[in-house]
Amino acid sequence: MAPTARPTVTAPLSPHLQIYRWTWTMAMSVFHRITGTALYGGTALVAIWLVALASGPAAYGWVAGFFGSLFGKLVLFAYTWILMHHMLGGLRHFIWDVGQGFDRERRMWLARGTLIGSVILTVLIWALALVIR
Amino acid sequence: MAQFNLPKNSQMTEGKIWPRPVGANNLQEFRIYRWNPDDGKNPRVDVYQVDRDDCGPMVLDALLWIKSKVDSTLVFRRSCREGICGSCAMNIEGQNALACTMGIDECQEHAKGKKTGAVRIYPLPHMPVLKDLVPDLTNFFAQHASIEPWLQTETPAPEGEWKQTPEDRAQLDGLYECILCACCTTSCPSYWWNGDRFLGPAALLQAYRWLVDSRDENTGERLDALHDPFRLYRCHTIMNCANACPKSLNPAKAIAEIKKMMVAREV
Repeated sequence: MAPTARPTVTAPLSPHLQIYRWTWTMAMSVFHRITGTALYGGTALVAIWLVALASGPAAYGWVAGFFGSLFGKLVLFAYTWILMHHMLGGLRHFIWDVGQGFDRERRMWLARGTLIGSVILTVLIWALALVIR
Repeated sequence: MAQFNLPKNSQMTEGKIWPRPVGANNLQEFRIYRWNPDDGKNPRVDVYQVDRDDCGPMVLDALLWIKSKVDSTLVFRRSCREGICGSCAMNIEGQNALACTMGIDECQEHAKGKKTGAVRIYPLPHMPVLKDLVPDLTNFFAQHASIEPWLQTETPAPEGEWKQTPEDRAQLDGLYECILCACCTTSCPSYWWNGDRFLGPAALLQAYRWLVDSRDENTGERLDALHDPFRLYRCHTIMNCANACPKSLNPAKAIAEIKKMMVAREV
Protein backbone atom coordinates (compact mmCIF):
# COMPACT_ATOMS: atom_id res chain seq x y z
CA MET A 1 0.00 0.00 0.00
CA ALA A 2 1.32 3.42 -0.91
CA PRO A 3 2.18 5.62 2.01
CA THR A 4 -0.50 8.18 2.81
CA ALA A 5 0.38 11.62 1.50
CA ARG A 6 0.91 14.02 4.37
CA PRO A 7 0.81 17.77 3.90
CA THR A 8 4.35 19.08 4.27
CA VAL A 9 4.56 21.53 7.13
CA THR A 10 7.49 23.62 8.23
CA ALA A 11 8.29 22.83 11.83
CA PRO A 12 8.01 25.93 14.01
CA LEU A 13 11.05 27.18 15.89
CA SER A 14 10.62 26.82 19.64
CA PRO A 15 10.69 30.12 21.61
CA HIS A 16 14.11 31.21 22.96
CA LEU A 17 14.89 34.81 24.02
CA GLN A 18 11.15 35.31 24.52
CA ILE A 19 11.00 32.78 27.34
CA TYR A 20 14.50 32.24 28.73
CA ARG A 21 15.06 33.49 32.27
CA TRP A 22 17.77 36.14 32.41
CA THR A 23 20.85 35.46 34.48
CA TRP A 24 23.63 37.82 35.52
CA THR A 25 26.21 36.15 33.30
CA MET A 26 23.86 36.28 30.29
CA ALA A 27 22.99 39.95 30.92
CA MET A 28 26.63 40.98 31.40
CA SER A 29 27.60 39.16 28.20
CA VAL A 30 25.05 41.25 26.31
CA PHE A 31 26.25 44.44 28.10
CA HIS A 32 29.83 43.61 27.11
CA ARG A 33 28.77 43.50 23.45
CA ILE A 34 26.79 46.74 23.70
CA THR A 35 29.53 48.64 25.56
CA GLY A 36 32.14 47.30 23.14
CA THR A 37 30.16 48.68 20.21
CA ALA A 38 29.52 51.99 22.00
CA LEU A 39 33.27 52.41 22.52
CA TYR A 40 33.62 53.09 18.78
CA GLY A 41 31.66 56.27 19.49
CA GLY A 42 33.76 56.97 22.57
CA THR A 43 36.99 56.65 20.60
CA ALA A 44 35.52 59.06 18.04
CA LEU A 45 35.03 61.58 20.89
CA VAL A 46 38.70 61.27 21.83
CA ALA A 47 39.69 61.68 18.16
CA ILE A 48 37.50 64.78 17.81
CA TRP A 49 39.13 66.27 20.89
CA LEU A 50 42.67 65.52 19.58
CA VAL A 51 41.90 66.89 16.11
CA ALA A 52 40.49 70.06 17.67
CA LEU A 53 43.58 70.37 19.86
CA ALA A 54 45.80 70.17 16.77
CA SER A 55 43.63 72.56 14.75
CA GLY A 56 44.07 75.64 16.89
CA PRO A 57 42.41 77.65 19.65
CA ALA A 58 39.16 78.35 17.82
CA ALA A 59 38.34 74.72 17.10
CA TYR A 60 39.56 73.60 20.52
CA GLY A 61 37.48 76.26 22.23
CA TRP A 62 34.37 75.05 20.45
CA VAL A 63 34.97 71.38 21.34
CA ALA A 64 35.99 72.18 24.92
CA GLY A 65 32.83 74.25 25.20
CA PHE A 66 30.73 71.30 24.10
CA PHE A 67 32.43 68.84 26.46
CA GLY A 68 32.11 71.41 29.27
CA SER A 69 28.37 71.84 28.78
CA LEU A 70 25.87 69.86 30.81
CA PHE A 71 25.01 67.65 27.83
CA GLY A 72 28.70 67.20 27.01
CA LYS A 73 29.42 66.17 30.59
CA LEU A 74 26.59 63.65 30.49
CA VAL A 75 28.05 62.16 27.32
CA LEU A 76 31.50 61.96 28.92
CA PHE A 77 30.04 60.44 32.10
CA ALA A 78 28.30 57.76 30.03
CA TYR A 79 31.53 57.17 28.08
CA THR A 80 33.44 56.73 31.35
CA TRP A 81 30.95 54.14 32.59
CA ILE A 82 30.91 52.30 29.26
CA LEU A 83 34.73 52.20 29.23
CA MET A 84 34.93 50.96 32.84
CA HIS A 85 32.23 48.34 32.23
CA HIS A 86 33.96 47.03 29.13
CA MET A 87 37.34 47.02 30.88
CA LEU A 88 36.04 45.03 33.85
CA GLY A 89 34.19 42.74 31.43
CA GLY A 90 37.48 42.17 29.64
CA LEU A 91 39.17 41.29 32.94
CA ARG A 92 36.30 38.91 33.75
CA HIS A 93 36.78 37.17 30.41
CA PHE A 94 40.53 37.06 31.05
CA ILE A 95 39.95 35.28 34.37
CA TRP A 96 37.67 32.78 32.63
CA ASP A 97 40.18 32.32 29.79
CA VAL A 98 42.84 31.16 32.25
CA GLY A 99 40.31 28.61 33.53
CA GLN A 100 39.37 30.23 36.84
CA GLY A 101 36.09 31.42 38.39
CA PHE A 102 33.74 28.91 36.79
CA ASP A 103 31.80 27.59 39.78
CA ARG A 104 28.30 28.94 40.39
CA GLU A 105 29.10 31.44 43.15
CA ARG A 106 32.25 32.81 41.52
CA ARG A 107 30.80 33.24 38.02
CA MET A 108 27.72 35.04 39.39
CA TRP A 109 29.94 37.17 41.64
CA LEU A 110 32.20 38.08 38.71
CA ALA A 111 29.19 39.09 36.59
CA ARG A 112 27.63 41.20 39.36
CA GLY A 113 31.05 42.64 40.17
CA THR A 114 31.36 43.92 36.58
CA LEU A 115 28.27 46.07 37.00
CA ILE A 116 28.88 47.20 40.58
CA GLY A 117 32.60 47.77 39.99
CA SER A 118 31.99 49.83 36.84
CA VAL A 119 29.57 52.15 38.67
CA ILE A 120 31.97 52.58 41.61
CA LEU A 121 34.96 53.26 39.33
CA THR A 122 32.98 55.78 37.24
CA VAL A 123 31.88 57.72 40.33
CA LEU A 124 35.43 57.63 41.74
CA ILE A 125 36.97 58.92 38.49
CA TRP A 126 34.47 61.79 38.31
CA ALA A 127 34.83 62.64 42.01
CA LEU A 128 38.60 62.71 41.56
CA ALA A 129 38.33 64.83 38.38
CA LEU A 130 36.04 67.36 40.09
CA VAL A 131 38.31 67.56 43.17
CA ILE A 132 41.47 68.09 41.08
CA ARG A 133 39.78 70.82 39.02
CA MET B 1 22.88 38.55 11.84
CA ALA B 2 20.95 36.71 14.46
CA GLN B 3 17.19 36.77 14.23
CA PHE B 4 15.91 37.63 17.70
CA ASN B 5 12.17 37.33 17.07
CA LEU B 6 10.26 34.21 16.12
CA PRO B 7 9.34 33.49 12.48
CA LYS B 8 5.67 33.99 11.61
CA ASN B 9 4.78 30.30 11.71
CA SER B 10 6.34 29.97 15.19
CA GLN B 11 4.57 32.77 17.00
CA MET B 12 2.43 31.46 19.83
CA THR B 13 -1.26 32.07 20.25
CA GLU B 14 -3.55 31.63 23.25
CA GLY B 15 -4.64 28.04 23.53
CA LYS B 16 -7.38 26.06 25.14
CA ILE B 17 -8.27 26.51 28.80
CA TRP B 18 -8.87 22.99 30.05
CA PRO B 19 -11.53 22.38 32.73
CA ARG B 20 -10.54 22.30 36.41
CA PRO B 21 -10.56 18.89 38.08
CA VAL B 22 -13.77 18.39 40.05
CA GLY B 23 -13.53 18.53 43.85
CA ALA B 24 -9.86 19.51 43.98
CA ASN B 25 -8.79 22.22 46.41
CA ASN B 26 -5.00 22.31 45.90
CA LEU B 27 -4.64 23.45 42.32
CA GLN B 28 -1.54 24.35 40.36
CA GLU B 29 -1.79 26.00 36.97
CA PHE B 30 0.42 24.84 34.09
CA ARG B 31 0.80 26.68 30.79
CA ILE B 32 2.13 24.32 28.19
CA TYR B 33 3.34 24.84 24.62
CA ARG B 34 1.34 22.86 22.05
CA TRP B 35 1.92 22.36 18.37
CA ASN B 36 0.33 19.81 16.10
CA PRO B 37 1.89 19.23 12.66
CA ASP B 38 -1.46 18.00 11.34
CA ASP B 39 -3.76 20.98 11.94
CA GLY B 40 -1.76 23.63 10.04
CA LYS B 41 -2.07 26.17 12.85
CA ASN B 42 0.51 28.15 14.79
CA PRO B 43 1.76 26.89 18.18
CA ARG B 44 -0.51 27.69 21.12
CA VAL B 45 -0.19 27.71 24.91
CA ASP B 46 -2.78 25.59 26.71
CA VAL B 47 -3.78 26.14 30.33
CA TYR B 48 -4.20 23.18 32.66
CA GLN B 49 -5.09 22.89 36.35
CA VAL B 50 -3.39 20.06 38.21
CA ASP B 51 -4.66 18.67 41.51
CA ARG B 52 -1.52 18.71 43.64
CA ASP B 53 -3.10 16.40 46.23
CA ASP B 54 -3.48 13.72 43.57
CA CYS B 55 -0.10 14.22 41.87
CA GLY B 56 3.57 13.49 42.61
CA PRO B 57 6.11 16.23 43.45
CA MET B 58 7.94 16.58 40.13
CA VAL B 59 7.05 18.45 36.95
CA LEU B 60 7.10 15.12 35.09
CA ASP B 61 4.47 13.82 37.56
CA ALA B 62 2.27 16.78 36.62
CA LEU B 63 2.74 16.17 32.89
CA LEU B 64 1.84 12.50 33.30
CA TRP B 65 -1.14 13.48 35.48
CA ILE B 66 -2.37 15.81 32.74
CA LYS B 67 -1.84 13.19 30.05
CA SER B 68 -3.69 10.45 31.92
CA LYS B 69 -6.49 12.53 33.51
CA VAL B 70 -7.12 15.63 31.38
CA ASP B 71 -5.66 15.60 27.88
CA SER B 72 -4.24 12.42 26.38
CA THR B 73 -3.07 14.29 23.26
CA LEU B 74 -0.25 16.10 25.11
CA VAL B 75 3.07 14.85 23.68
CA PHE B 76 6.44 14.79 25.47
CA ARG B 77 9.44 12.46 25.76
CA ARG B 78 10.12 10.62 29.00
CA SER B 79 11.61 7.37 30.09
CA CYS B 80 13.63 6.75 33.26
CA ARG B 81 11.94 9.33 35.57
CA GLU B 82 15.18 9.61 37.60
CA GLY B 83 17.48 11.96 35.72
CA ILE B 84 19.66 9.45 33.90
CA CYS B 85 18.13 9.05 30.43
CA GLY B 86 17.85 12.74 29.54
CA SER B 87 14.61 12.30 27.60
CA CYS B 88 12.38 14.78 29.42
CA ALA B 89 14.59 17.85 28.90
CA MET B 90 12.43 20.94 28.37
CA ASN B 91 12.23 24.60 29.28
CA ILE B 92 10.53 24.93 32.66
CA GLU B 93 9.88 28.41 34.06
CA GLY B 94 12.48 29.92 31.78
CA GLN B 95 15.30 27.50 32.41
CA ASN B 96 16.18 24.23 30.73
CA ALA B 97 15.84 21.25 33.06
CA LEU B 98 14.73 17.65 33.25
CA ALA B 99 11.03 17.49 34.13
CA CYS B 100 11.70 14.41 36.27
CA THR B 101 14.25 16.08 38.58
CA MET B 102 12.63 19.52 38.72
CA GLY B 103 10.19 19.85 41.61
CA ILE B 104 6.90 21.70 41.13
CA ASP B 105 7.60 23.68 44.33
CA GLU B 106 11.04 24.53 42.99
CA CYS B 107 9.42 26.07 39.89
CA GLN B 108 6.94 27.86 42.09
CA GLU B 109 9.77 29.79 43.71
CA HIS B 110 10.48 31.31 40.30
CA ALA B 111 6.83 31.74 39.35
CA LYS B 112 6.01 33.62 42.58
CA GLY B 113 5.20 37.28 42.21
CA LYS B 114 4.07 36.80 38.64
CA LYS B 115 0.45 37.41 37.78
CA THR B 116 -0.66 33.86 37.24
CA GLY B 117 1.65 31.82 39.44
CA ALA B 118 1.52 29.30 36.64
CA VAL B 119 4.36 26.97 35.72
CA ARG B 120 5.18 27.62 32.07
CA ILE B 121 6.62 24.81 29.99
CA TYR B 122 8.10 25.07 26.49
CA PRO B 123 10.19 22.74 24.34
CA LEU B 124 14.00 23.16 24.48
CA PRO B 125 14.65 26.64 23.04
CA HIS B 126 15.43 27.54 19.42
CA MET B 127 14.89 24.04 18.03
CA PRO B 128 12.58 22.77 15.27
CA VAL B 129 9.48 21.33 16.96
CA LEU B 130 8.18 17.90 15.96
CA LYS B 131 5.10 18.03 18.18
CA ASP B 132 4.22 19.79 21.47
CA LEU B 133 7.25 19.46 23.78
CA VAL B 134 9.27 17.24 21.44
CA PRO B 135 12.13 19.01 19.61
CA ASP B 136 14.08 17.65 16.64
CA LEU B 137 17.52 16.74 18.03
CA THR B 138 18.99 15.40 14.74
CA ASN B 139 21.56 18.18 14.43
CA PHE B 140 22.46 17.92 18.13
CA PHE B 141 23.31 14.22 17.86
CA ALA B 142 25.09 14.71 14.51
CA GLN B 143 27.33 17.27 16.21
CA HIS B 144 28.07 14.82 19.00
CA ALA B 145 29.03 12.19 16.40
CA SER B 146 31.27 14.73 14.64
CA ILE B 147 33.68 14.90 17.60
CA GLU B 148 34.21 11.11 17.25
CA PRO B 149 33.32 10.15 20.82
CA TRP B 150 35.31 6.93 21.07
CA LEU B 151 38.81 5.88 22.09
CA GLN B 152 41.32 6.34 19.25
CA THR B 153 44.76 4.72 19.49
CA GLU B 154 47.86 4.07 17.37
CA THR B 155 49.64 1.52 19.54
CA PRO B 156 48.50 -2.10 19.29
CA ALA B 157 45.70 -2.95 21.69
CA PRO B 158 46.93 -4.53 24.94
CA GLU B 159 45.97 -8.09 25.77
CA GLY B 160 43.80 -6.98 28.65
CA GLU B 161 42.31 -3.54 28.92
CA TRP B 162 43.66 -0.03 28.27
CA LYS B 163 44.90 0.94 31.72
CA GLN B 164 45.14 4.33 33.35
CA THR B 165 46.14 5.54 36.81
CA PRO B 166 43.47 6.58 39.30
CA GLU B 167 44.71 10.17 38.85
CA ASP B 168 44.24 9.99 35.07
CA ARG B 169 40.83 8.42 35.58
CA ALA B 170 39.88 11.28 37.89
CA GLN B 171 40.42 13.67 34.97
CA LEU B 172 37.21 12.30 33.47
CA ASP B 173 35.08 13.14 36.51
CA GLY B 174 32.61 15.91 35.77
CA LEU B 175 32.72 14.93 32.07
CA TYR B 176 31.71 11.30 31.69
CA GLU B 177 28.43 11.91 33.60
CA CYS B 178 26.93 13.84 30.67
CA ILE B 179 23.63 12.24 29.58
CA LEU B 180 23.24 14.23 26.32
CA CYS B 181 19.89 15.69 27.34
CA ALA B 182 20.66 18.90 25.35
CA CYS B 183 19.67 21.20 28.24
CA CYS B 184 23.03 23.04 27.99
CA THR B 185 23.33 23.29 24.22
CA THR B 186 19.81 24.65 23.74
CA SER B 187 20.28 27.18 26.57
CA CYS B 188 23.21 28.81 24.77
CA PRO B 189 22.45 32.06 22.86
CA SER B 190 25.58 31.48 20.76
CA TYR B 191 24.11 28.13 19.74
CA TRP B 192 20.74 29.78 19.03
CA TRP B 193 22.31 32.16 16.52
CA ASN B 194 24.97 29.80 15.09
CA GLY B 195 23.77 26.28 15.83
CA ASP B 196 24.57 25.16 12.29
CA ARG B 197 28.30 25.78 12.73
CA PHE B 198 29.00 26.12 16.50
CA LEU B 199 29.19 22.66 18.10
CA GLY B 200 27.54 23.81 21.34
CA PRO B 201 28.37 23.03 25.00
CA ALA B 202 27.36 19.34 25.08
CA ALA B 203 29.42 18.26 22.06
CA LEU B 204 32.38 20.34 23.27
CA LEU B 205 32.24 18.88 26.79
CA GLN B 206 32.30 15.45 25.17
CA ALA B 207 35.20 16.56 22.94
CA TYR B 208 37.15 17.56 26.06
CA ARG B 209 36.28 14.24 27.70
CA TRP B 210 38.29 12.51 24.91
CA LEU B 211 40.99 15.18 24.79
CA VAL B 212 41.92 14.62 28.47
CA ASP B 213 41.58 10.84 28.37
CA SER B 214 45.13 9.56 29.05
CA ARG B 215 44.51 6.49 26.87
CA ASP B 216 43.50 8.43 23.75
CA GLU B 217 46.31 8.96 21.22
CA ASN B 218 44.54 11.24 18.77
CA THR B 219 44.69 14.49 20.77
CA GLY B 220 46.40 16.52 18.04
CA GLU B 221 43.89 15.63 15.33
CA ARG B 222 41.01 16.22 17.74
CA LEU B 223 42.32 19.72 18.44
CA ASP B 224 42.85 20.34 14.71
CA ALA B 225 39.20 19.48 14.08
CA LEU B 226 38.07 22.03 16.69
CA HIS B 227 40.44 24.79 15.55
CA ASP B 228 37.75 26.82 13.82
CA PRO B 229 36.20 30.24 14.45
CA PHE B 230 32.77 28.65 14.81
CA ARG B 231 33.03 25.05 16.03
CA LEU B 232 34.85 25.98 19.26
CA TYR B 233 35.36 29.72 19.42
CA ARG B 234 31.70 30.76 19.23
CA CYS B 235 31.63 30.12 22.97
CA HIS B 236 31.57 33.55 24.61
CA THR B 237 31.31 32.28 28.21
CA ILE B 238 27.68 33.30 28.61
CA MET B 239 27.45 30.44 31.16
CA ASN B 240 23.81 29.48 30.52
CA CYS B 241 25.09 25.94 29.91
CA ALA B 242 26.56 25.57 33.38
CA ASN B 243 23.43 27.11 34.93
CA ALA B 244 21.16 24.71 33.06
CA CYS B 245 22.97 21.36 33.42
CA PRO B 246 20.73 19.01 35.45
CA LYS B 247 23.80 16.91 36.32
CA SER B 248 25.64 19.98 37.70
CA LEU B 249 28.42 19.63 35.14
CA ASN B 250 30.27 22.64 33.78
CA PRO B 251 30.53 22.69 29.96
CA ALA B 252 31.78 26.30 30.04
CA LYS B 253 34.78 25.18 32.08
CA ALA B 254 35.44 22.23 29.74
CA ILE B 255 35.38 24.59 26.75
CA ALA B 256 37.81 26.95 28.51
CA GLU B 257 40.14 23.98 29.06
CA ILE B 258 40.01 23.15 25.33
CA LYS B 259 40.89 26.78 24.52
CA LYS B 260 43.82 26.48 26.96
CA MET B 261 45.02 23.30 25.23
CA MET B 262 44.88 25.16 21.89
CA VAL B 263 47.16 27.87 23.29
CA ALA B 264 49.43 25.42 25.12
CA ARG B 265 50.32 23.52 21.94
CA GLU B 266 51.23 26.75 20.14
CA VAL B 267 53.85 27.85 22.69
